[in-house]
Amino acid sequence: MTMRWFYYAAPQTFYGLAGRLWPWLAALALALTLAGLWVGFALAPADAQQGEGYRIIFVHVPASWMSMVIYLAMAFWAVLGLTFNTRLSGMMTRALAPTGAIFAFLSLWTGALWGKPMWGAWWVWDARLTSELVLFFLYLGYIALTSAIDDVRRADRAGALIAIVGAINVPIIYFSVKWWNTLHQGASVSITRSPSMAQMMLWGMLLMALAMWVYTLAIVCYRVRTLIIERERHTDWVKALPEVAGVKA
Amino acid sequence: MRWETWSDFWFMGGYGLYVWGSMGMTALLLLLEIAQAHLAHRRALALVRAEQSLENP
Repeated sequence: MTMRWFYYAAPQTFYGLAGRLWPWLAALALALTLAGLWVGFALAPADAQQGEGYRIIFVHVPASWMSMVIYLAMAFWAVLGLTFNTRLSGMMTRALAPTGAIFAFLSLWTGALWGKPMWGAWWVWDARLTSELVLFFLYLGYIALTSAIDDVRRADRAGALIAIVGAINVPIIYFSVKWWNTLHQGASVSITRSPSMAQMMLWGMLLMALAMWVYTLAIVCYRVRTLIIERERHTDWVKALPEVAGVKA
Repeated sequence: MRWETWSDFWFMGGYGLYVWGSMGMTALLLLLEIAQAHLAHRRALALVRAEQSLENP
Protein backbone atom coordinates (compact mmCIF):
# COMPACT_ATOMS: atom_id res chain seq x y z
CA MET A 1 0.00 0.00 0.00
CA THR A 2 2.76 2.41 0.95
CA MET A 3 4.58 1.55 -2.27
CA ARG A 4 1.41 2.23 -4.21
CA TRP A 5 1.11 5.75 -2.77
CA PHE A 6 4.64 6.61 -3.70
CA TYR A 7 4.05 5.12 -7.14
CA TYR A 8 1.17 7.52 -7.74
CA ALA A 9 3.10 10.39 -6.16
CA ALA A 10 5.53 10.25 -9.06
CA PRO A 11 4.56 13.08 -11.43
CA GLN A 12 4.62 10.79 -14.45
CA THR A 13 2.11 8.32 -13.07
CA PHE A 14 -0.02 11.02 -11.45
CA TYR A 15 -0.22 12.83 -14.79
CA GLY A 16 -1.86 9.77 -16.32
CA LEU A 17 -4.10 9.13 -13.33
CA ALA A 18 -5.32 12.74 -13.15
CA GLY A 19 -5.86 12.73 -16.90
CA ARG A 20 -8.13 9.71 -16.63
CA LEU A 21 -9.96 11.09 -13.57
CA TRP A 22 -10.79 14.69 -14.43
CA PRO A 23 -13.37 14.15 -17.21
CA TRP A 24 -15.41 11.86 -14.94
CA LEU A 25 -15.11 14.25 -12.01
CA ALA A 26 -16.13 17.19 -14.21
CA ALA A 27 -19.19 15.31 -15.48
CA LEU A 28 -20.14 14.32 -11.94
CA ALA A 29 -19.69 17.90 -10.70
CA LEU A 30 -21.99 19.17 -13.46
CA ALA A 31 -24.64 16.55 -12.66
CA LEU A 32 -24.47 17.35 -8.93
CA THR A 33 -24.69 21.09 -9.63
CA LEU A 34 -27.80 20.65 -11.76
CA ALA A 35 -29.38 18.37 -9.13
CA GLY A 36 -28.47 20.82 -6.35
CA LEU A 37 -29.88 23.81 -8.22
CA TRP A 38 -33.05 21.88 -8.98
CA VAL A 39 -33.57 20.93 -5.35
CA GLY A 40 -32.55 24.39 -4.15
CA PHE A 41 -34.67 26.44 -6.55
CA ALA A 42 -37.50 24.19 -7.66
CA LEU A 43 -38.21 21.95 -4.67
CA ALA A 44 -37.09 23.80 -1.53
CA PRO A 45 -39.77 26.13 -0.15
CA ALA A 46 -39.28 29.73 0.96
CA ASP A 47 -37.89 30.28 4.44
CA ALA A 48 -40.30 31.36 7.16
CA GLN A 49 -38.23 34.42 8.12
CA GLN A 50 -36.07 35.24 5.10
CA GLY A 51 -38.48 34.42 2.28
CA GLU A 52 -36.70 33.60 -0.98
CA GLY A 53 -33.59 35.50 0.07
CA TYR A 54 -32.20 32.57 2.03
CA ARG A 55 -31.47 30.74 -1.25
CA ILE A 56 -28.05 32.41 -1.26
CA ILE A 57 -27.23 29.64 1.22
CA PHE A 58 -26.92 27.17 -1.66
CA VAL A 59 -23.68 28.84 -2.78
CA HIS A 60 -22.61 30.72 0.34
CA VAL A 61 -22.21 27.78 2.70
CA PRO A 62 -20.62 25.35 0.19
CA ALA A 63 -18.18 28.05 -1.03
CA SER A 64 -17.23 28.91 2.55
CA TRP A 65 -16.67 25.26 3.45
CA MET A 66 -14.52 24.73 0.37
CA SER A 67 -12.44 27.83 1.09
CA MET A 68 -11.50 26.27 4.44
CA VAL A 69 -11.14 22.66 3.23
CA ILE A 70 -8.87 23.70 0.35
CA TYR A 71 -6.60 25.65 2.67
CA LEU A 72 -6.27 22.61 4.94
CA ALA A 73 -5.52 20.47 1.87
CA MET A 74 -2.78 22.94 0.91
CA ALA A 75 -1.32 22.74 4.40
CA PHE A 76 -1.43 18.93 4.17
CA TRP A 77 0.52 18.89 0.90
CA ALA A 78 2.88 21.54 2.25
CA VAL A 79 3.75 19.32 5.24
CA LEU A 80 4.28 16.35 2.92
CA GLY A 81 6.44 18.50 0.67
CA LEU A 82 8.64 19.73 3.50
CA THR A 83 9.06 16.30 5.12
CA PHE A 84 9.40 13.96 2.13
CA ASN A 85 10.51 16.53 -0.44
CA THR A 86 8.32 14.93 -3.10
CA ARG A 87 7.97 16.80 -6.38
CA LEU A 88 4.22 16.37 -6.55
CA SER A 89 3.50 18.12 -3.22
CA GLY A 90 4.50 21.58 -4.37
CA MET A 91 2.51 21.19 -7.55
CA MET A 92 -0.60 20.05 -5.65
CA THR A 93 -0.35 22.98 -3.25
CA ARG A 94 -0.11 25.39 -6.15
CA ALA A 95 -2.89 23.72 -8.10
CA LEU A 96 -5.23 24.13 -5.12
CA ALA A 97 -4.53 27.80 -4.39
CA PRO A 98 -6.46 29.56 -7.21
CA THR A 99 -9.61 27.52 -6.55
CA GLY A 100 -9.35 28.21 -2.83
CA ALA A 101 -8.94 31.93 -3.48
CA ILE A 102 -12.02 31.92 -5.71
CA PHE A 103 -14.13 30.15 -3.08
CA ALA A 104 -12.91 32.51 -0.34
CA PHE A 105 -13.85 35.47 -2.52
CA LEU A 106 -17.25 33.90 -3.30
CA SER A 107 -17.83 33.34 0.40
CA LEU A 108 -17.27 37.06 1.03
CA TRP A 109 -19.19 38.19 -2.05
CA THR A 110 -22.28 36.04 -1.41
CA GLY A 111 -22.04 36.89 2.28
CA ALA A 112 -22.18 40.60 1.45
CA LEU A 113 -25.18 40.03 -0.81
CA TRP A 114 -26.86 38.12 1.97
CA GLY A 115 -25.88 40.55 4.71
CA LYS A 116 -27.28 43.61 2.96
CA PRO A 117 -30.95 42.56 2.87
CA MET A 118 -30.90 40.63 6.18
CA TRP A 119 -28.60 42.71 8.41
CA GLY A 120 -28.76 45.98 6.51
CA ALA A 121 -25.01 45.99 5.95
CA TRP A 122 -22.75 44.62 3.18
CA TRP A 123 -19.94 44.22 5.63
CA VAL A 124 -19.29 44.29 9.37
CA TRP A 125 -15.95 43.79 11.10
CA ASP A 126 -17.05 40.82 13.15
CA ALA A 127 -14.92 37.75 13.89
CA ARG A 128 -16.41 35.42 11.26
CA LEU A 129 -16.22 37.89 8.39
CA THR A 130 -12.83 39.26 9.32
CA SER A 131 -11.20 35.82 9.68
CA GLU A 132 -12.63 34.78 6.29
CA LEU A 133 -11.17 37.97 4.80
CA VAL A 134 -7.81 37.02 6.33
CA LEU A 135 -8.15 33.60 4.65
CA PHE A 136 -8.72 35.32 1.28
CA PHE A 137 -5.57 37.42 1.83
CA LEU A 138 -3.62 34.29 2.81
CA TYR A 139 -4.55 32.74 -0.55
CA LEU A 140 -3.51 35.91 -2.39
CA GLY A 141 -0.28 36.05 -0.38
CA TYR A 142 0.49 32.42 -1.22
CA ILE A 143 -0.12 33.00 -4.93
CA ALA A 144 1.87 36.26 -5.00
CA LEU A 145 4.81 34.80 -3.10
CA THR A 146 5.09 31.57 -5.10
CA SER A 147 4.84 33.38 -8.41
CA ALA A 148 7.41 36.02 -7.36
CA ILE A 149 10.19 33.49 -6.71
CA ASP A 150 11.78 32.11 -9.88
CA ASP A 151 13.41 29.04 -8.36
CA VAL A 152 10.53 26.56 -8.25
CA ARG A 153 11.78 24.51 -5.29
CA ARG A 154 12.46 27.62 -3.20
CA ALA A 155 9.08 29.08 -4.14
CA ASP A 156 7.41 25.84 -3.06
CA ARG A 157 9.16 25.88 0.32
CA ALA A 158 8.32 29.52 0.97
CA GLY A 159 4.71 28.90 -0.06
CA ALA A 160 4.55 25.81 2.18
CA LEU A 161 5.36 28.02 5.16
CA ILE A 162 2.43 30.35 4.40
CA ALA A 163 0.16 27.34 3.88
CA ILE A 164 1.14 25.75 7.20
CA VAL A 165 1.23 28.87 9.37
CA GLY A 166 -1.97 30.22 7.82
CA ALA A 167 -3.82 26.98 8.57
CA ILE A 168 -4.15 28.23 12.17
CA ASN A 169 -6.73 30.65 10.79
CA VAL A 170 -9.07 27.87 9.61
CA PRO A 171 -10.27 26.69 13.05
CA ILE A 172 -10.49 30.37 14.04
CA ILE A 173 -12.97 30.94 11.18
CA TYR A 174 -14.89 27.80 12.03
CA PHE A 175 -15.26 28.45 15.76
CA SER A 176 -15.46 32.26 15.52
CA VAL A 177 -19.23 32.20 15.89
CA LYS A 178 -18.84 30.34 19.19
CA TRP A 179 -15.80 32.11 20.57
CA TRP A 180 -16.94 35.65 19.91
CA ASN A 181 -20.25 37.41 19.96
CA THR A 182 -20.70 37.86 16.24
CA LEU A 183 -23.40 39.21 14.00
CA HIS A 184 -22.92 36.14 11.81
CA GLN A 185 -25.43 33.68 13.20
CA GLY A 186 -24.62 30.03 13.59
CA ALA A 187 -27.72 28.82 11.81
CA SER A 188 -29.84 31.49 10.16
CA VAL A 189 -32.21 29.06 8.50
CA SER A 190 -34.74 27.42 10.75
CA ILE A 191 -34.12 23.86 9.70
CA THR A 192 -36.35 22.40 12.40
CA ARG A 193 -39.42 24.44 11.52
CA SER A 194 -41.08 21.75 9.45
CA PRO A 195 -39.63 18.38 8.50
CA SER A 196 -40.30 18.52 4.75
CA MET A 197 -38.91 22.04 4.43
CA ALA A 198 -35.87 21.14 6.47
CA GLN A 199 -35.08 18.17 4.28
CA MET A 200 -35.23 19.97 0.94
CA MET A 201 -33.15 22.95 2.14
CA LEU A 202 -30.60 20.63 3.64
CA TRP A 203 -30.47 18.39 0.58
CA GLY A 204 -30.02 21.37 -1.73
CA MET A 205 -27.16 22.64 0.36
CA LEU A 206 -25.48 19.25 0.69
CA LEU A 207 -25.79 18.56 -3.04
CA MET A 208 -24.20 21.92 -3.84
CA ALA A 209 -21.45 21.28 -1.31
CA LEU A 210 -20.75 17.89 -2.88
CA ALA A 211 -20.80 19.49 -6.34
CA MET A 212 -18.15 22.02 -5.27
CA TRP A 213 -16.04 19.26 -3.71
CA VAL A 214 -16.06 17.27 -6.94
CA TYR A 215 -15.53 20.42 -9.02
CA THR A 216 -12.44 21.19 -6.93
CA LEU A 217 -11.08 17.67 -7.44
CA ALA A 218 -11.68 17.97 -11.19
CA ILE A 219 -10.07 21.40 -11.66
CA VAL A 220 -7.12 20.47 -9.44
CA CYS A 221 -6.53 17.26 -11.42
CA TYR A 222 -6.64 19.36 -14.56
CA ARG A 223 -4.40 22.14 -13.29
CA VAL A 224 -1.79 19.86 -11.74
CA ARG A 225 -1.24 18.27 -15.16
CA THR A 226 -0.38 21.69 -16.57
CA LEU A 227 2.13 22.22 -13.76
CA ILE A 228 3.61 18.75 -14.30
CA ILE A 229 4.14 19.46 -18.00
CA GLU A 230 5.75 22.83 -17.26
CA ARG A 231 8.09 21.48 -14.61
CA GLU A 232 8.96 18.15 -16.22
CA ARG A 233 9.17 19.41 -19.79
CA HIS A 234 12.84 18.47 -20.15
CA THR A 235 12.20 14.82 -19.34
CA ASP A 236 11.85 12.18 -22.02
CA TRP A 237 8.42 11.05 -20.88
CA VAL A 238 6.89 14.50 -21.37
CA LYS A 239 8.50 14.84 -24.79
CA ALA A 240 7.07 11.42 -25.73
CA LEU A 241 3.51 12.27 -24.65
CA PRO A 242 1.04 11.86 -27.52
CA GLU A 243 -0.41 15.33 -26.86
CA VAL A 244 3.10 16.77 -27.26
CA ALA A 245 4.64 14.59 -29.94
CA GLY A 246 1.44 13.73 -31.78
CA VAL A 247 0.52 17.22 -32.98
CA LYS A 248 4.00 17.99 -34.31
CA ALA A 249 3.81 17.75 -38.09
CA MET B 1 -42.47 23.47 -9.11
CA ARG B 2 -42.56 26.52 -6.86
CA TRP B 3 -42.75 29.27 -9.48
CA GLU B 4 -45.85 30.29 -11.40
CA THR B 5 -44.02 32.36 -14.02
CA TRP B 6 -40.45 33.08 -15.09
CA SER B 7 -40.71 36.66 -13.86
CA ASP B 8 -41.66 35.27 -10.45
CA PHE B 9 -38.55 33.17 -10.58
CA TRP B 10 -36.26 36.06 -11.48
CA PHE B 11 -37.92 38.36 -8.95
CA MET B 12 -37.17 35.86 -6.13
CA GLY B 13 -39.67 37.44 -3.76
CA GLY B 14 -37.85 40.78 -3.98
CA TYR B 15 -34.40 39.29 -3.35
CA GLY B 16 -33.58 38.81 -7.05
CA LEU B 17 -30.59 41.15 -7.05
CA TYR B 18 -29.01 39.41 -4.06
CA VAL B 19 -29.78 35.81 -5.02
CA TRP B 20 -28.85 36.19 -8.71
CA GLY B 21 -25.88 38.37 -7.85
CA SER B 22 -24.58 35.47 -5.77
CA MET B 23 -25.37 32.74 -8.29
CA GLY B 24 -24.12 34.85 -11.20
CA MET B 25 -20.78 35.70 -9.63
CA THR B 26 -20.25 32.04 -8.71
CA ALA B 27 -21.01 30.88 -12.26
CA LEU B 28 -18.86 33.64 -13.76
CA LEU B 29 -15.78 32.96 -11.63
CA LEU B 30 -15.94 29.19 -12.04
CA LEU B 31 -16.33 29.51 -15.83
CA LEU B 32 -13.40 31.95 -15.94
CA GLU B 33 -11.35 29.53 -13.87
CA ILE B 34 -12.12 26.68 -16.27
CA ALA B 35 -11.25 28.84 -19.29
CA GLN B 36 -8.02 29.99 -17.66
CA ALA B 37 -6.99 26.43 -16.75
CA HIS B 38 -7.68 25.31 -20.31
CA LEU B 39 -5.62 28.13 -21.83
CA ALA B 40 -2.76 27.52 -19.41
CA HIS B 41 -2.71 23.85 -20.36
CA ARG B 42 -2.56 24.65 -24.07
CA ARG B 43 0.21 27.18 -23.44
CA ALA B 44 2.23 24.59 -21.52
CA LEU B 45 1.90 22.06 -24.34
CA ALA B 46 2.86 24.71 -26.90
CA LEU B 47 5.93 25.59 -24.83
CA VAL B 48 7.13 21.98 -24.77
CA ARG B 49 6.59 21.66 -28.52
CA ALA B 50 8.45 24.91 -29.20
CA GLU B 51 11.42 23.83 -27.11
CA GLN B 52 11.43 20.48 -28.82
CA SER B 53 11.52 21.93 -32.31
CA LEU B 54 14.45 24.12 -31.23
CA GLU B 55 16.35 21.06 -30.05
CA ASN B 56 15.79 18.96 -33.15
CA PRO B 57 14.63 21.11 -36.04
